[in-house]
Amino acid sequence: MSSQVVRSIAWGLIAGALGLGTFMSPPPVMAAQELRIGFLAPTTGIFAQVGKDMTNGFQMYLDEVGGDFAGAKVKFIVEDEEGKPPVGVRKVEKLIRQDKVHMFIGGLLASTGYALAPVSTRLKTVYVASIPAADDLTQRDSAKFPYMVRTGWTSSQPNHPFGEWACEQGYKRIVTIAADYAFGHEVVGGFQKTFEGCGGRIIQKIWPPLGTIDFGPYIPTMKKDADAIFTLMVGPMSLQFPKQLAAAGIKKPVLGGGTSYDEFVLPSMGDEVIGHVSALQYSAALDTPKNAAFVKKYREKYGKVPSYYSESNYSTAQMIHEVLKKTKGKWPGTEQFVKMLAGVQLETPRGPVRLDEMRNPVHNVYIRVVRKKKEHGYDKDELWNTVVKTYPNVGQFWKYPKAEFLKQPVYSREFPPCKYCE
Amino acid sequence: MESRRKLLIVIAALLAVLIVTPFANSYVIVLVTHALIFAILAMSLDILLGFAGLPSLGQAAYLGMGAYLTAILATRFQFGLDWTFGLVVVLGILIGAATAALFGLFAVHAGGVYFLMITLALGMCVWGLAYRWNSLTGGDNGIVLPTRPEFGIQLADDVTYFFVVFGFFVAALALLTVLVRSPFGRSLVGIRENEPRMRILGYHTWLHKYLAFIIAGGFGGLAGVLWAHAHGLVSPEDVVLATSVDALLMVVLGGPGTLVGGAVGAGIVVFLREYLSTLVPWWQYVLGGVYVLTILYLPGGLMSVPERIRGWRARWENGVRVKFPRHTS
Repeated sequence: MSSQVVRSIAWGLIAGALGLGTFMSPPPVMAAQELRIGFLAPTTGIFAQVGKDMTNGFQMYLDEVGGDFAGAKVKFIVEDEEGKPPVGVRKVEKLIRQDKVHMFIGGLLASTGYALAPVSTRLKTVYVASIPAADDLTQRDSAKFPYMVRTGWTSSQPNHPFGEWACEQGYKRIVTIAADYAFGHEVVGGFQKTFEGCGGRIIQKIWPPLGTIDFGPYIPTMKKDADAIFTLMVGPMSLQFPKQLAAAGIKKPVLGGGTSYDEFVLPSMGDEVIGHVSALQYSAALDTPKNAAFVKKYREKYGKVPSYYSESNYSTAQMIHEVLKKTKGKWPGTEQFVKMLAGVQLETPRGPVRLDEMRNPVHNVYIRVVRKKKEHGYDKDELWNTVVKTYPNVGQFWKYPKAEFLKQPVYSREFPPCKYCE
Repeated sequence: MESRRKLLIVIAALLAVLIVTPFANSYVIVLVTHALIFAILAMSLDILLGFAGLPSLGQAAYLGMGAYLTAILATRFQFGLDWTFGLVVVLGILIGAATAALFGLFAVHAGGVYFLMITLALGMCVWGLAYRWNSLTGGDNGIVLPTRPEFGIQLADDVTYFFVVFGFFVAALALLTVLVRSPFGRSLVGIRENEPRMRILGYHTWLHKYLAFIIAGGFGGLAGVLWAHAHGLVSPEDVVLATSVDALLMVVLGGPGTLVGGAVGAGIVVFLREYLSTLVPWWQYVLGGVYVLTILYLPGGLMSVPERIRGWRARWENGVRVKFPRHTS
């Protein structure tokens, strides 16, 4: 070999080694009492505001306890999942492999939940789904995800009682318009199942794509003779839809999935949403001392009313703390932690929470009407999700026997079939 | 001598990656694997952009076709999870090529901005299918793949999978290098530089471009198959315009018309994106800045840096102005 050849090979090797070597850091030293928590929330993109609510909720609890869970110092690592499932997967890979987290929490969209749960199985790491509400994670696919615990909700959970409530109001014919993705399908599915079960009819289903902000093409196609409209909007869609509905002069009663009138978007909404009704396991207007204290503290700290995104993550932190209290700050191991977390029963801002045997919360569902009034002693008239009815201790299967419920397919665009569509 | 020297540098760099990666931390192994897969995609695009002068904005479509094919076969038919993985690779390449053959009929007639727009639109069609055809693609949820194939060796092991991907990458690099140095490859460069002249010389330029388009599609499909198993999830997000743009920028960053440049660009983009985004929320500006600066000051991409340095040195030493060719291959 000529010297030039040798030299070029050497240069190549050095360059390659330098390039990789920069990223070869030794594994972090395992401190005896450190709890590393990876947290996934969108901090950029159209869902950035929601992501902030999620992070703030968890952070607020951490600050309350001084970042100390019964002796374990919490290392809280937030990663931006951009509201995109593949990005979420890549960030989890980073959190587990690079940061060696004990567990990862969050993800926003139901589709992200479906993407993250298999990663927890593959890499044998605890996944706490505090927001993703994809039904099957704790239903038909539950056995596939032994390291997953849900502290949030399933999409159809609050909408089962909501369907019956709609019957009680005397609505017979309802049009649905909902974001076209797993979460939308499941919210509408849950509502349709119970609403048609008590004699109502869904006469039309419209599916604008996720992220739609111009509903011009959809609103005029809605059947004029419906008694009410059921909507499910997420993120910036929530803000645009009621505005454009009002602008189109439609004055029918509007029902909505919880995220359509969530507190993160409610302050920016106009008076056109007054009277709209939604169902969720939380409302900032919930009149309990625990919630009143939570809302005041949150508002003081972050300058806005907490949304369910904040509450859910705050409660999640609280539940994890509960487990660590029992182990005196020691990490009990992945399987044991899952078992212990699933056994937690707690009074949270949303009310009493316990988990069922498929590791999904059983909690109250609130029917909430948007009203302009004063709450929690604030002296200004504001829009609040006033609770008008409480369904206590609602589980993910509602009143249906579990085995029978699990035999039906997961709610989707095609299920339940639209028998009464015209 | 010059080209032999280049070849040796490339081989040495490849060896370095091959030797060092298995000892890196497990996250770096995953990232290197991702980078190699995107390098295949970027190189396939370089055939179009760098050699044939066709700026395609739809390369993600072929990646998507390959990835969805892999995912659908794996989840519905449990096909491709043992030695049949080899067949899936072949099918992936074929479906990428077939899609390109179809799209090429519309796209290759056009040139310049029109080619850009048509490929963009066709790419979005594939995205639309992935997003809306729920029963087949799982819509927005995408498809989660079962564990990686196992046939004597277990691809589920990240290091093993890295070796496999590395093998495919080297094969792709070698094949494409042979291709661009063949008379066919030279004719593409001729078309890029002056298409009417090539036509007058008797070349069927449309056919040449069409073939290049199909070949690029085939390699895109290969990248898709590997990507599906690397990531364990196939989602419409993989097929969006942003992925195509990424591929284009990887090529531009590394240096169009160099093949290796695409690979270098892929490595830089993947590592910058994954590491920067964990450090700072405004990482996209950094990436954007890098792109803008490259296009403004290094139109030949990073691969032209050594040449420039040599040029400066020559100028420094001799006080003469040296003119550089825009593209080197």
